[in-house]
Amino acid sequence: MRKIFGFHGGIHPPENKHQSLEHPIRDAGIPAELIIPVSQHVGAPAAPCVEIGQAVLGGDVIAEAIGVVSVPLHAPTSGSIAAIERRPVAHPSGSEALCIVIDTDGEDRWRSLEGVEDYRTADPAQLLERIRECGIAGMGGAGFPSAIKLAPRNPIETLIINGTECEPYITADDILLQERAQRIVEGAQIIAHIVQPQEILIGVEDNKPEGIEAITAAAAGTDLQVVTFPTKYPSGGEKQLIEILTGKQVPSGGLPADLGIVCQNVGTAVAVRDAILDGRPLISRVTTVTGDAVSKPGNFDVLLGTPMAHLLHLAGYDERKNRRLIMGGPMMGFSVPTPLAPVVKTTNCLLAPTESELPTPPPAQACIRCGMCAEACPASLLPQQLFWFAQGKESEKLEAHNLFDCIECGACSWVCPSHIPLVQYYRASKADIQQQRKDQAKSDYSRERFEARQARLEREEAEKDAKRAARKKAAEERAKAAATGEGEEDPIQAAIARAQAKKAAQTNEGSGESELEKLERAVVTTQKRLDTAQQKLSAAEAEGSDLVDALRTGVEKTQSKLDKAKAALAEHQANHSEAPAAAEEPPVDAAQAAIQKAMQAREADAQKSPQEKARDQLGKLEQRLAKAQQRLADGRAAGEEDKIIDALSASVDKLREKISETRAQLAETESA
Amino acid sequence: MPLLRITSPHAHGPMSTSRVMQHVLLATVPGIIVLTHFFGFGTLVNILWGGIVALACEALALALRGRPLAFYLKDYSALVTSTLLCIALPPYAPWWLIAIGVASSVLLAKHLYGGLGYNPFNPAMVGYVVLLISFPVQMTAWAPPRGLGEVPGLFEALLACFSPASFDAVTMATPLDVLKQNNSLLLEDLWQENPQFGRWGGIGWEWASLAFLAGGLWLLYQRIFTWHAPVAMLVAITAMAGMFYDNGSSASGGSPLFHLLSGATIFGAFFIVTDPVSSAVSTRGKLIYGAMIGALVYIIRVRGNYPDAVAFAVLIANFTAPFIDYYTQPRTYGHARKGDS
Repeated sequence: MRKIFGFHGGIHPPENKHQSLEHPIRDAGIPAELIIPVSQHVGAPAAPCVEIGQAVLGGDVIAEAIGVVSVPLHAPTSGSIAAIERRPVAHPSGSEALCIVIDTDGEDRWRSLEGVEDYRTADPAQLLERIRECGIAGMGGAGFPSAIKLAPRNPIETLIINGTECEPYITADDILLQERAQRIVEGAQIIAHIVQPQEILIGVEDNKPEGIEAITAAAAGTDLQVVTFPTKYPSGGEKQLIEILTGKQVPSGGLPADLGIVCQNVGTAVAVRDAILDGRPLISRVTTVTGDAVSKPGNFDVLLGTPMAHLLHLAGYDERKNRRLIMGGPMMGFSVPTPLAPVVKTTNCLLAPTESELPTPPPAQACIRCGMCAEACPASLLPQQLFWFAQGKESEKLEAHNLFDCIECGACSWVCPSHIPLVQYYRASKADIQQQRKDQAKSDYSRERFEARQARLEREEAEKDAKRAARKKAAEERAKAAATGEGEEDPIQAAIARAQAKKAAQTNEGSGESELEKLERAVVTTQKRLDTAQQKLSAAEAEGSDLVDALRTGVEKTQSKLDKAKAALAEHQANHSEAPAAAEEPPVDAAQAAIQKAMQAREADAQKSPQEKARDQLGKLEQRLAKAQQRLADGRAAGEEDKIIDALSASVDKLREKISETRAQLAETESA
Repeated sequence: MPLLRITSPHAHGPMSTSRVMQHVLLATVPGIIVLTHFFGFGTLVNILWGGIVALACEALALALRGRPLAFYLKDYSALVTSTLLCIALPPYAPWWLIAIGVASSVLLAKHLYGGLGYNPFNPAMVGYVVLLISFPVQMTAWAPPRGLGEVPGLFEALLACFSPASFDAVTMATPLDVLKQNNSLLLEDLWQENPQFGRWGGIGWEWASLAFLAGGLWLLYQRIFTWHAPVAMLVAITAMAGMFYDNGSSASGGSPLFHLLSGATIFGAFFIVTDPVSSAVSTRGKLIYGAMIGALVYIIRVRGNYPDAVAFAVLIANFTAPFIDYYTQPRTYGHARKGDS
C-alpha cells in the first residue's frame, strides 16, 4: 500500500453524486445545430478554415491552431457550415465569442480515420503532434493544450492520472472509470510512452468504490498503480493531488514538471487513446447533467457544440424550477448566461439546481475573524487577513500574504459563517493587481523612452555646441591671420580659393555621401519605428486594449514620415546620380536643373513595372516576416507571457497574410 | 425569468455567524446553572437585565449609524457580550452597575470602533475593567456560596438589582482575595481557617469552572473554535503556578489546581480568550496569545494589585494580537520554509 500524504485544510460538502450515477452513459445524439466556439482551450483561439455553405464530414478540420499554445477544431459530424459568427458561450466573462455553426445532416458521414499502428515503436514527438492535431486540451476543467503539457522541460518521474473528481455533483470521471476503464489504462500507457515516467499513478477518491474496482481490474498486470485516498474537497486540484500522492508541493509560481510530475485527467487519457489508436479527433465528451431542476439526471456522451438546451431537454429539464445554470460544479463552476450556449471541451458538468438546493447567497455579515476560512484553506493562506486587505485595496499586503497562491477553490467562502463572498474579493483583487502591474510596466516603458530621448537631445545639443565652438575658433584664427597680414596673398583671392576648394571637396566625396547616409538612416529608423508601432497596435488589438485608436494614429503618422523620408532619399539619390553630369553641363539656372532632376527621378520610378514594385514589396514583407518570426522565437525562448506570445504570433500571421496577398497580386500582374 | 449570474462558489456550508453566537450562549448554560445553585438568582438577574440593556444599546448604535436594525440585531453578538460580562460580575450587583458595564462594552468597545468584527479589544472585558476601576467596592462584593450563608431567592435578587438600597447585602471575600491578603499563614492553615476555599479552588467556583469547562469542550467539539488558545492559556497558568508553588508557604502564589479552578480561569480560557475578533488568528499565533494570557493572569494575580486578572491579561494580549499575527503567518503552499531556499 502506497503512503498517502494529507494536505492542509479542505472541506466536506454534501457530495450529491448518487443522483447522476443511476444510469449508464447515454448518447446525446446529433442535434440539428452544433455551435463550436473557436476558443475552447487556454491559448490562442483557433482560426476558422472553412467557408459558409461548405459541406464538412465528421472529423474534418474546421479551424486551425494558431501558434504553439493552441489546438485545432474538428467537425463533430457531417453537415454544412451555416455561419461563422459571434454567439453566446459559457465563459466566466459571460460574453459572446466567435463560433463556427454547423447544420448537421444526421447522416454522420466521416472522413477516413487512421490510427497509429504501434505506438510503442512510434517517436514520442510524432505522437505529440498527433495529440495536437486531434485538438486535445485538458478535459478536467482548465483546458490547457495537452501536447504542451506532455512535452515538459524536465524529465518526468511520476505520471499522475487524475480521477479524483472532488467537486460535488460531478460524476463524469467516475462514470468513465466505471465504464471505460480499459480505455483510460490504454491512454495512460500511451502518455507514459511519451513522457517515460518511473511510475504511473491513478488517483481516485474513496467515494467511488465501483470506479475503483473497475480501474483496478483494468490496470491489473500493467505498471499502473491505482491509489485511493479519503474524500475531501479539493483533493482533485492538481497541486493538492500531487501533495496527497507524493508529499511534495509544487513551488509557488512553478509547474508540476519542476518536480518531475505531470498530471492528466482521466477524460484526457481517453481522448489521447482515441486519437492515437483510432485517429479520432476530440469531438465529443462525457458530461454530467444534474441538479433538482432535471428529472432524469445522468451522464451523456455529447458532441462538442451541442447546445446545452438540447442536453438539458434529454435530462428532463424544468426551466421553471431553475434559477441559475452552472457549468462545472457548485464550488468552482460558473453560471451560464443562457441554455443556448454550447457544450465545449471543458464542460464536465451542467448543474441545474433549484433555489432551495443552492439558495441565493444572503447578504454578508461582518467578519468576526473566526478563522474557519484559514482552517479550510488548502493553500494555507489567511483568508480573513486577505479579505481585510482586499477591502482596503492594500495591494502590497495582499501580495505579501500570497494572494496569488489562492486557487479559488471556494472552501473559505463555503465555511464562512458570515457568508462573505471571499473568493469574489480575491478574484477582483487579483485582477486589480494585474492591471496595476500592466500600467506600471507601461509607464516605466514610457519613462525610459522619455529619458532616452532627453539624453539624445542633450547629446546632440552638446555636439552642435562643440562644432559651433570649433568653427568660431577657426574663424577667429583666420581673422587673426588676416589681421596680422600673415601670408602675402590677397585676402579676397584666398577666400575664393577656399570656396572653390570646399566646392570641389563636396562634389568629390564627403558631404554628398554623408547626406545620402543620413537619408538612408532616416528611412531605416523610421521603418523600424513603424514596425514596432504596428507590432504594438496588433498586440493591443489582440488584447482589445483601449489604446488601439491612439496606436493606430501613431502608426499612420509614422507611415507618413516614412513616406516622406523615402521620397527625400529617392530625390537625393536621383540628384546625386545626376550630379556629375550636371556639374559638366554649362551653368544653367539652378531651379531649372532641380526641376529637371526631379522629373528624371519620377520617370525612373515610373519605369519600374508594377511587377517590380510588387516584387520589391514582397521582398520587404518577407524580411519583416523573418524579423517577426525571430521575435516570436525569442519571446518563446524568454518564456514571455502567453498574451505577448499570442500578440507576436498574431502579427506573424498578419504578415503571412499580407505576403500571400502580395504574391497573389504579383501573380495577377505577371499573368496580365 | 432570466438566469441568475453569480460567480463561484455556489454552495455554502451550514454555519452562520448567528449560529456561532447561539452556540456560545448555549455553552454558558451549565455554568450559569451551577452559579445559580451556589450563589442564588443574582447571576441570572444580571444576565437578563444586561441582555435588555445590550439590545437597547445595540439598537441605538445601529440606528445612529444608519444600519438595518433587524439584520444586525439577530446576529446575537450583543447578547453574547452582555452575557459573558454579566457572568463575570458579582451576583446581586445594582442595576446601574450592570447598565454602565454593558453600555461600555457595546457602545464604547464595539460600536465606537466600527461594530462587530472591528473591535480590537474584547468588549466584555472592556466593560468589566471600566467597572472594576470605577466601582471597586461594588465589584468586589461577592455573595457567600451556599452552605456558608443565606442564599437569596428570586424576589430578593430582583430587589438587589433594582432597589439596591432596600437590599441588605451579605458579602464574603473570594478565595483569590483571601490568598492575596495572606502574608502570614501557610496555605494549609489558610485553607483550614477559610471555609470558602472548598476542595481546590473555592466552594461554588470550582464547580462552576468545571461546568464552564464542559460548555467549552462542547464548543470545541462543535468546531466553534480550535483548542490552541485555551489549552495554551491553561498550560501556561499551570506551569507558572507549578514553578512558584514552593509547597505552600505563606508567600506561595497557590497551587496549579487552585489557579485552574478558582476565579475566572476556565471561563476565561473557553469564553474570553477564544473571542475570535480580538485575538490572534493563525495557529501558532493562538498558541502564543493564549500562553501570554495564562502567564499574565498568574503574574497579576500574585504580584499585581487585583485579586483576579483575566480581564487585564486579555486586554493586554489584545494589544499584541496584530503583532503576533504579523509574525506567525503560516507557510503558504508551495513556499519555502523560513531558512530554506
